Amino acid sequence: MSQLSYALPDSATMLRRQIKHLLRYPAMTVLLVGMPIVFLLLFVYVFGGQLGTSLAPGHGVGGASRTAYLNFIVPGILLMTVAAAANGTAILMAMDMTKGIVARFKTMAIARASVLTGHVLGSVIQALVGVAVVIGVSLAVGFRPRGGPLAWLAAVGVVAAFAFALAWLAVALGLSAKSVETASNTPMVLTLLPFLGSGFVTTASLPAGLRQFAQYQPFTPVTDTVRGLLRGGAVGSHAVVGLAWSAGIALVSYLWATRLYDHRRVGA
Amino acid sequence: MAQAPISSGSGAATLDGPPPTYAVEARGVRMAFGDTVVLDDVDLLVEEGTVFALLGPNGAGKTTMVDILATLLEPDAGAVRVAGHDVASDADGVRHAIGVTGQFSAVDDLLTGEENLRLMADLRHLGRIPGRERVRDLLGRFGLEEAAQKPVATYSGGMRRRLDLAMTLVGDPRVIFLDEPTTGLDPRSRRTMWDIIRELVTDGVTVVLTTQYLDEADELAHRIGILDGGRIVAEGSPNELKRRLPGGHVELRFSDHDAMDAASVLLDGAPADAETLTLQVPGDASVAFVRDLLNKLDGAGIGVEALSIHEADLDDVFFALTGHPTHLEVQP
Repeated sequence: MSQLSYALPDSATMLRRQIKHLLRYPAMTVLLVGMPIVFLLLFVYVFGGQLGTSLAPGHGVGGASRTAYLNFIVPGILLMTVAAAANGTAILMAMDMTKGIVARFKTMAIARASVLTGHVLGSVIQALVGVAVVIGVSLAVGFRPRGGPLAWLAAVGVVAAFAFALAWLAVALGLSAKSVETASNTPMVLTLLPFLGSGFVTTASLPAGLRQFAQYQPFTPVTDTVRGLLRGGAVGSHAVVGLAWSAGIALVSYLWATRLYDHRRVGA
Repeated sequence: MAQAPISSGSGAATLDGPPPTYAVEARGVRMAFGDTVVLDDVDLLVEEGTVFALLGPNGAGKTTMVDILATLLEPDAGAVRVAGHDVASDADGVRHAIGVTGQFSAVDDLLTGEENLRLMADLRHLGRIPGRERVRDLLGRFGLEEAAQKPVATYSGGMRRRLDLAMTLVGDPRVIFLDEPTTGLDPRSRRTMWDIIRELVTDGVTVVLTTQYLDEADELAHRIGILDGGRIVAEGSPNELKRRLPGGHVELRFSDHDAMDAASVLLDGAPADAETLTLQVPGDASVAFVRDLLNKLDGAGIGVEALSIHEADLDDVFFALTGHPTHLEVQP
């Protein structure tokens, strides 16, 4: 009974704790947001002129191609930001499990999953702050989306849903990690997935094998949905597939995480 | 020095008056991690409003027992009730009634002292105004007002322990578990902690604490359970336990290892300390016993450099019951 009635207030309390942590330890957020920005600038200014030629036919190497490539990779960079936030969440979760405070939470009559929910909601907020910063930088260097306000809203919703799913996955990975170091390494794979999808090149350009992987991995439909929305174009089935992935990852990770949390003994 | 128990304090049965109510009732608790049996058929009864000390060396199973009572671990077997609630079927009922201060500090380093207490007040669902009042009250009571706005990472060991205990008390728990509450504290902080624990008992709270310090158990507890190798090897009031040995022990110091070893063999393997070249011979500290002892050593041609006589204390009880004195520390 108390489990249900306290779920909301306890999760809100844990979220407040999480936000205080993020504010007191800003270095991590700066690092996590800084990494995608470095990739954005690197890909646009170093590779963009060359890579964009196929996107802006007839313009040759340089200016117009670079802008075309920028417009192409922003969705991929946004998802990389989301993945980086998830990486940070796995580390924070694993760190929490080494502390006595989580043992204390377990001895209190509070909604059991609220510690995890606090981490997840904190992670989503951190991801969205990162996404806002990355969009700001993108606009500053010439990103020109054509989608209207509704398309923007939808794009943010799709990104937030994916961030929510990856946050639960990160919490589960953080709980399953034997050490904080493992927790920081395993989810690193997530930040690579935009590369092995439609984030930086079209999947059609990839060799067989890798192409199939790229077409069917979850980052691809989400990237394509965001890209379609921001460009003001059609989204098609990508949105449905992307949201289904988000829902599936969130559900499985939630069940896995709560199970791990119940059974794992807190401590070093 | 043992204090008089508040209630009749004689374990399970009382001859007159109402039957005692138990804040903790554990029967037949067993726990194993893999092949290692950590708790082997442990019974524990703690009367309401008393202090019970679980005394034992590292690895005796003290923390595991506390974790089970505090709903952190499910035992493999046994029935456990805390504050009238079954830990298996009504864990949340137990959690409403208890406060736990674990062996490792359970404070949030990135928050300030006040924020830590506020966090507890929120999780205890005290409400905004009563929560604030409770936090202010506890900061004052534990001498933490000045440091209230500072991050806990900057606190000294004693301050952390005080904050830790203050956090435990936010919800006015009726039963408090303290796992080695003074380990690693300096003597003054330890005294402060003892005073706080005594105050709690005056308010009618039941305290179950673990310690590896005999003097701490002697000082605080109405009853002591000696845990060794996962079993309660003795249980009783400090005085009852001391009465189990007729006297104390005699400590003999030797000039070299050969003499010490020879004496140890002669005296049925009395525990030896190679570093200080001393032997501890359990027994009453009477003149007759000492005379016999010295005659025996003389007869075997073993010279004794120095001799000291010790009245019985809990150390002796522990030696007699477990046979391994050196694992247990006595605080300076």
